[in-house]
Amino acid sequence: MIIPHPYLGPRDSCEFVYKGDAALLFRPEREDPVDYDTFHNYLYLRNNPAGEHKELWYHEYGDRSWLVITRNTETHEILKVELAVDYLKAQENGN
Amino acid sequence: MFRLKNGGLINRGKILNFSFNGKKLYGYEGDTLASALLANGNHLVGRSFKYHRPRGIFSAGSEEPSALIQLGSGAHTEPNIRATTVPLFNNLVVTSQNHFGPLEWDLMRINDFLSPFLGAGFYYKTFMWPKSFWEKIYEPIIRQAAGLGKLSSKEDPSCYDKGFLHCDLLIIGSGPSGLQSALCAARSGAKVILADEDFLLGGSLNGEKLQINDVSASDWGAQIIEELKSFENVRLLPKTTVFGAFDHGIFGALEVKDYTGQFENKKPRQVLWRIYTKQSLLCSGATERSLLFGNNDRPGIMLSKSVRQYCNRWGVIPGKNISIYTNNDDGWITARDLKDAGCNIVTVIDERSDINPPIKDINYHLGKKVIDTRGGLRLSSIILNDKSKIKTDCLAVSGGFNPNVHLTCHQRGRPQWVKDYQCFVPGNLPKGMNVIGAANGVFELENIFQEITDKMERILSSLGYKTKTTNKIKFNRKPFNVGAFSNSLPEGNVWVDLQNDVTVKDLKLSVQEGFHSVELLKRYSTLGMATDQGKNSNVLGLSILSILKNKPIEESGTTIYRPPFTPVPIGAFAGRSRGSHFRPFRLTPSHKWAQNQNAVFVEAGNWLRAQWFPLPDEKSWRESVDREVIRTRKSVGICDVTTLGKIDIKGEDSGAFLNFVYANNFGKLPVGKVRYGLMLREDGIAFDDGTTARLSENHFVMTTTTANAVTVFRHLEFCRQCLKSNWDVHLISTTDHWAQFAIAGPKSRALLSEIMDSGVNISNKSFPFMACGEISIFGGIRARLFRISFSGELAYELALPRRYASSFMNAMTELGKKFNLVPYGTEALGVMRIEKGHAAGNELNGQTTANNLGLGKMVSKLNDCIGNTMSERDGFNRKDVLKLVGFTPTNEMHSLVAGSHFISRGKKVALENDEGWMSSVAFSPMLGKSIGLGFIKEGDKRFGERVDAINLLNNEKIEVEITSPHFFDPKGDRLRA
Repeated sequence: MIIPHPYLGPRDSCEFVYKGDAALLFRPEREDPVDYDTFHNYLYLRNNPAGEHKELWYHEYGDRSWLVITRNTETHEILKVELAVDYLKAQENGN
Repeated sequence: MFRLKNGGLINRGKILNFSFNGKKLYGYEGDTLASALLANGNHLVGRSFKYHRPRGIFSAGSEEPSALIQLGSGAHTEPNIRATTVPLFNNLVVTSQNHFGPLEWDLMRINDFLSPFLGAGFYYKTFMWPKSFWEKIYEPIIRQAAGLGKLSSKEDPSCYDKGFLHCDLLIIGSGPSGLQSALCAARSGAKVILADEDFLLGGSLNGEKLQINDVSASDWGAQIIEELKSFENVRLLPKTTVFGAFDHGIFGALEVKDYTGQFENKKPRQVLWRIYTKQSLLCSGATERSLLFGNNDRPGIMLSKSVRQYCNRWGVIPGKNISIYTNNDDGWITARDLKDAGCNIVTVIDERSDINPPIKDINYHLGKKVIDTRGGLRLSSIILNDKSKIKTDCLAVSGGFNPNVHLTCHQRGRPQWVKDYQCFVPGNLPKGMNVIGAANGVFELENIFQEITDKMERILSSLGYKTKTTNKIKFNRKPFNVGAFSNSLPEGNVWVDLQNDVTVKDLKLSVQEGFHSVELLKRYSTLGMATDQGKNSNVLGLSILSILKNKPIEESGTTIYRPPFTPVPIGAFAGRSRGSHFRPFRLTPSHKWAQNQNAVFVEAGNWLRAQWFPLPDEKSWRESVDREVIRTRKSVGICDVTTLGKIDIKGEDSGAFLNFVYANNFGKLPVGKVRYGLMLREDGIAFDDGTTARLSENHFVMTTTTANAVTVFRHLEFCRQCLKSNWDVHLISTTDHWAQFAIAGPKSRALLSEIMDSGVNISNKSFPFMACGEISIFGGIRARLFRISFSGELAYELALPRRYASSFMNAMTELGKKFNLVPYGTEALGVMRIEKGHAAGNELNGQTTANNLGLGKMVSKLNDCIGNTMSERDGFNRKDVLKLVGFTPTNEMHSLVAGSHFISRGKKVALENDEGWMSSVAFSPMLGKSIGLGFIKEGDKRFGERVDAINLLNNEKIEVEITSPHFFDPKGDRLRA
């Protein structure tokens, strides 16, 4: 696969490390009393769609950026690539 | 002889000698091994896979199912090479495969007479019992009897390489479609790669007599190739098979630079290319298929177009009395070319009755079928459905064409059935791929050239290039017509898959037994599963399936084609990544110095580390290691610990960040101090440990274990960018920039004082246990000093810029003499840490929690940190949870074994009585006995209890006593001294 990095252009996927569902970005805060179910769900429940999927990749043999990649799991078509920090900012701003 | 006096694309001036099964033969430059064998009258080249039937050369290309040979000898030998694809070279040594005794008198031909019993699923059904017989008796015998060539079992002396190429347009296949398209693209300025599996570019043009623009097809092709060579934007890759179409326009290709395996100068024998393309054009042509009739596998029965190629390209006539059996117009072209070359054509049998024979002055049978053949090691006659018998020694068969759609299917494209041409054509294509010519089911040249004009304009403009005018093309060939598949099953022993010995009967049996689906049929009968992946047999099999199920072919569909198109040697995939190059070693800064001390090295992750430093009079590794431990504990030792991961952390939120990533508190660590840190995974399992020093308010230096240096850094970047992206934290790995040495032992302070620059005070009072600071040594070399101890001794770790490491070690060796300094390796390091009860990789094995490790109390209850929440789950905190403790044998003569499992005394050795396992063991020279660390249920409450340590690998049982894990200096007086 070729991943179009927002700063570094098209890069071969062998430069990257795959982590999984981008839902991992939304880690619950530990509060008092501790909500164990929320942590359990964060840790173990993942979507595994056939089709569009937002997922986390790490450019380990590159600039060490964590990326949010929107990929079609059936065709491997890559629809969008964002830096995780930019993606989180956009989420905060409600975009 | 079977060679024509003239004609063909061979150089009769250059004779090449070769040997087949020891027999000396010769051919010419330009020959393939197959054409040279045929020219010498050798049809019989091997025995079939299962029944050991005599088999000959069947085709002239990479689809060859039968002529698999063993190429070369000795360590260079390669099995299962298709004789049809090997360019002949001088002194080539070839042997036939899969026979016992001489090829002509194979002792295993008994299988042929037993064939009524050896149908589909025979092995599954027969060799069921007794169960124990399978591994020891049945399987070795079956493997011996069935099979192909043999490996040399020696290391392959050849060199293989990998390469990367980029282009606008990759054209696969150099027949008329490929060449004409390449010319069009080349003239437009696009960056083109043209790849073809053949050593001679031109594809089918090289085997045809037709005229294009008033020159022969091969000359027309050669002219284009000459022009292509003049373009800088074109790269021609003959002898290169594009074997796979992968995501986003990436293709895999294998270039066979050399078959001889005798490159003296270590040039690569084969190159695995990864080709990045913007667009691709598949011009892979079509493969002829056979027709189904009784005993259709005898040597002498060949594909019709291949017979024509042997005649036109190599000047070889595969028989003295040739017959042609066809259901389409192409068979008649073969008849005409052979007749023009002066062959004796016995007859042409065409299944179609409603045609006007294109050649009149020839014997022919219209509307007839061949139903059986006779012959031993070679075809002698054929029998028609009117029972007439015709003497012939070569039968050229044409059952129509299968477009080579394979690469279009590598991303789940499904081919479509076209009734008019009785073939599958490409269905949905991978992004960026285009198909032109016979591969697309377009067989008439006129239509192909029109298709090129139309498609190339679109392709090139999508790439940003303008099409220049191309030559007008005129030629002389008639349109193509093919008969339909028969709708009745052929009688007798009818081979569908020549390579895997699958007959019509096998398919019938499979369907009877319920394997209707094409994918199941393939796996049960092994149809199309061999090295040729059914290039000839698949569609024939489907035609039989459609008769058996009484459904049209398009309804059963095809099996999925996957890469590779033709076999790719493992050596090519490995490339240069072999032996020590499989994964390059990382060397420690003191590596050269350690080599000079005769160190024995061990692989630790990617690193090579000194394991111990033997002295000339030492007889065993234990002797060396014991000495290193004793001398370190008595005076002072030095060990290279550079391999530990080092991460520099800066920023205003660094303290909070460390609080978050470590399970224990770091925010309140004073400047100038070091602390042990335990890192958990989010699920509460221990991930890594190490020490982190605070050099200034917002500057920390973290160490990780050697093994996890990469994954910890990745994890920290995840925490920084994905979980705490608003924090001011900056990370950089400095593992390679700082050389780091542990200097341990009671005399370590005295030794270090010798190298400290003035102004640095390392007395116990001003630089106590767990102190750290930036210092300078040897008159101005900046360094970092940490008073930390893995050995349990008064100890320091000293970090200095890597470039000084070698001279540092030389200086220390000299200065250390008066302190009795000893270098120690990883083995002594391990012994000392086990004596102290420190956890390491064996204990942090991805299954253990802080609670298991006896570090539960360290885990923060107040902060939010990675892993503390899930570490509180009930399952990790049961009453009988595993605890890390120490073990000693009750009989001090016994040695403990890591991996032993603990069973309470008197209980049965069974899984339900398993109470834990031994994780690390060592011989302690300080205690004079074997000691171990391990996990056992409620271990911290069972000190003094005796259990059995069971080692099932050696059927050993050793009685052990549970102890504290702190074997040596449990109060820690030495390290605070």
